[in-house]
Amino acid sequence: MSKLAAILMRDLRLALRAGGGAGNTVVFFALTIVIFALAVGPDRAALSANAAAILWTAATLAAMLSFDRIFQADFEDGSLDTLLETTEPVSLVALTKAAAHWLTTLAPLILTAPILGLLLGLPETAYGPLVLSLLVGTPALSLLGAFASALALSLRRASLLMTILTAPLLTPALIFGVGAAKAGASGDPLCQPAMMILAAVSLSSCVVLPLATAAAIRFNTE
Amino acid sequence: MYDLANPQRFDAFARTMTPIVAAGGALLLIAGLYFSLVNSPADYQQGDSVRIMYVHVPAAWMAMICYSSMAVASAVGFIWKHPLADVAAKSTAPIGAAFTFLALVTGSLWGKPMWGTWWAWDARLTSVLILFFMYLGYIALWNAIDDKTRAARIAAIACLVGFINIPIIKFSVDGWNSLHQPASVFRKGGPSIDGSMLTPLFLMGLAYTLIYAALLLVAMRSELAERRIARLQQTARGPSKVTIE
Repeated sequence: MSKLAAILMRDLRLALRAGGGAGNTVVFFALTIVIFALAVGPDRAALSANAAAILWTAATLAAMLSFDRIFQADFEDGSLDTLLETTEPVSLVALTKAAAHWLTTLAPLILTAPILGLLLGLPETAYGPLVLSLLVGTPALSLLGAFASALALSLRRASLLMTILTAPLLTPALIFGVGAAKAGASGDPLCQPAMMILAAVSLSSCVVLPLATAAAIRFNTE
Repeated sequence: MYDLANPQRFDAFARTMTPIVAAGGALLLIAGLYFSLVNSPADYQQGDSVRIMYVHVPAAWMAMICYSSMAVASAVGFIWKHPLADVAAKSTAPIGAAFTFLALVTGSLWGKPMWGTWWAWDARLTSVLILFFMYLGYIALWNAIDDKTRAARIAAIACLVGFINIPIIKFSVDGWNSLHQPASVFRKGGPSIDGSMLTPLFLMGLAYTLIYAALLLVAMRSELAERRIARLQQTARGPSKVTIE
């Protein structure tokens, strides 16, 4: 267990230090919101009605852009081989890497989402459900990103291919994420039933994807 | 059956089978088209445009059948590391993508007279569109990896994970659709399908399946030939890079 904790701490340290680029995803997230608002126009009603959907879209796009960094840097400088030398199963290493990605990349997005919601005129009742839906749903994105990153390890310019591979697979999280945020905003404090299904999507990703990620890493490093 | 696992035997088998399967497909297609265009009733509501169904529905079936066979071939290639299964999975992808595209285009053409619009975010159309993108991703992954063996393993993992996700995606798109718009407007077809319409539908479905089989045999043969050429070229280039297979 302590080995996995060490991997997690290493990734957190790398992201926080200068050059880690942890803030870039947040900036991209905010810029996407601005681009959306500029494209839709200053119509507050239209923005407000779609605020949850726009925030989820921007978060998904920002997440997709960050996927190729999950294993790529470790693969290039050879530290991935060291990670695979641990006695822990590769699938658990993959799960840890996904958790590190979530903590360094997606958690900051969730923290900034309410502020950007303010810009979009998100209805007052929608803040809690939106943050909750992002908290429950985005782990599925990180797990999917780790999987795609492992698939694309031996490719040189993989980021576009990775968006093509991941976009169809992240539709369930996106649909039920926005669904849960909207259900919560319209008065259901538990955001049912979308929130339950969203949790199921995240949990099942937790089980299936690390195994697939481990297999992909093995074939790409042998 | 095991004999076919040998690429050379497979080549001989495919060479004799291709014209037979293709002829069967062509005959069934002619019969199916005759029934669907001439010898079947027009719908009491949709008129003659119901005939698009005979091209559209079997194409949508094939979209799923091709992805399923791709998943089975991927699993066989992944577990038993059999190159012929990898070739089958790879060769199925463009054919499946073409059927999926056909389903989308005919669905759109059918949507214009029926729904008054070329595209509706109908649950079925949307999940078929997502399936189409999954085919494209799978093909792109194959093309992006130079080493054939590695490409086969990686693409097989992607295909299988996609296959597990298809029911989840289907379920979520159904849920999304009912959240956004009433399903009653976009209900297709009558209360049930008459027997006179089932005959052409199944004939066309069988014809499509045989066409898929014939195209698959040709595509697999050409893929095997391509690999043989690549191997020979590598041997001819010099002894430093020879790989013995």
